[in-house]
Amino acid sequence: MFVYADNAATTSVSKTALDAMMPYLTEMYGNPSSLYGFAQKVTEGVAEARKTVAELINAEPREIYFTSGGSEADNQAIVSAALVGKRKGKMHLISTKFEHHAVLHTLKRLEKDGFEVTLLDVHEDGVVRLEDVEAAIRDDTALVTVMFANNEIGTVQPIAEIGALCRSKGIPFHTDAVQAAGHMPIDVKAMNIDMLSMSGHKFHAPKGVGVLYAKRNMPLFNIIEGGAQERGKRAGTENVAGIVALAAALKESCDNMEANTAKIIPMRDKLFAELSKIPHSKINGSLEHHVPGTVNMCFEGIEGESLLLMLDSYGICASSGSACTSGSLDPSHVLLSIGLPHEVAHGSLRLSIGEYNTMEEIDHIIATVPKVVEYLRNMSPVWDELEKGERPHLI
Amino acid sequence: MALYSDKVMDHFQNPRNVGKIDDADGIGEVGNAKCGDIMRMYIKVEDGIITDCKFNTFGCGSAIATSSMATELIKGKPVEEALKLSNQAVVEALDGLPTHKIHCSVLAEEAVRAAVKDYYDKNGIAYDPEELKINDCEACEMG
Repeated sequence: MFVYADNAATTSVSKTALDAMMPYLTEMYGNPSSLYGFAQKVTEGVAEARKTVAELINAEPREIYFTSGGSEADNQAIVSAALVGKRKGKMHLISTKFEHHAVLHTLKRLEKDGFEVTLLDVHEDGVVRLEDVEAAIRDDTALVTVMFANNEIGTVQPIAEIGALCRSKGIPFHTDAVQAAGHMPIDVKAMNIDMLSMSGHKFHAPKGVGVLYAKRNMPLFNIIEGGAQERGKRAGTENVAGIVALAAALKESCDNMEANTAKIIPMRDKLFAELSKIPHSKINGSLEHHVPGTVNMCFEGIEGESLLLMLDSYGICASSGSACTSGSLDPSHVLLSIGLPHEVAHGSLRLSIGEYNTMEEIDHIIATVPKVVEYLRNMSPVWDELEKGERPHLI
Repeated sequence: MALYSDKVMDHFQNPRNVGKIDDADGIGEVGNAKCGDIMRMYIKVEDGIITDCKFNTFGCGSAIATSSMATELIKGKPVEEALKLSNQAVVEALDGLPTHKIHCSVLAEEAVRAAVKDYYDKNGIAYDPEELKINDCEACEMG
């Protein structure tokens, strides 16, 4: 049985998205910047997509900028707020320890340029505290950027509360909503969000297209210079088919959000319940504040990459935060940020499911994971020491 | 291209000589759990020949595959020859490893040397300590 359980990494393109984009890959190939009627129809398609996306997050169409994806949107939002801050002598940026690298590495670069960055703790449950945000805010704070939902452990942050706090202090607030868009309700007005990033391929649009929402009065600096596309804020001929598909996929995901969530939650809960029966396992991140589809657990005494390879041989696609899968010597910064010791973080497994998964597939995962964990533990000298009491169990 | 060669996948999925030897003549353990790999190698020696060899490994696919291949390469060989096993020989026997996984082969080489050192120590066999220096976490230093 083939089971795709890595929907937080990427999703399949939905039929709705594919159908929406197909005309723009075939007969409607005009450049939206061209004057003639043949191309103007394409321009209208992009305008319609912009309107759709805006409506779905309660924004205005002119506040929507199409990008190449979530990373570009994150870069542009953060750099723009930083540069605006710099002009006013505000050189302080606030974020969290477990942001996506698109945020963390951008902040790191700004730090080299003289900015001061405060990365807030996300505690053992993987949720940033409002009071920590408030305590970190200074007179020279130029931006607060906190992800909507974490990509590895799926914990949801108190976005509306942070938004209200930032608005009351007059500080721009950005959120990387790549894991939330299409899966959780987003209302940029009600949540007081000034800037927001999303990525199409996380909700059944193709890869290579994303959105930066920036509130009307938020000045944007270009990351890509050139033509006057996206109201002069993002040069380059539009990825028309991708943009149209993104809007169609987001609409489909938002229209079916309630039904999808109702389908996904029982599958997720069954995974948590059954896989927790494996001795010395641990669920990572608060279950109270959680996106529907993400399951992240650690199994002591084994290493994540070998776990993934074994699961692959059983047809299961999953991911891990072990060092071996990250290509570095340290396990995922997300797992370390919630206080997991290195040796436990190495044995992590992320299963991220979506509405296309079935309970039959979940049962296959539930039948397979304990078997594979046991097999790997049987050849693990660490497990041997744990069992003999020569090494203390950490979970 | 796949991450690993067919040979690596074969040794990962069907590892040779997994297990322990209760009355082992030498046991070597290298690596640490913090870094994400530990190899423990058991050897049985008769008349200077490694008659049996088993391993336990905590680690990624290539750590398991290199352990498996290392046991195959030293089984039936004289102890002195096992000491000459290089990480390159393990890599070549596996038809290559991705660059960032080369440290697994270093760990396998070290595990063999650690097991032989333990055998020498237990049996009062003299050796040059410089030659049998075990750098327990060379992989970490390789960064």
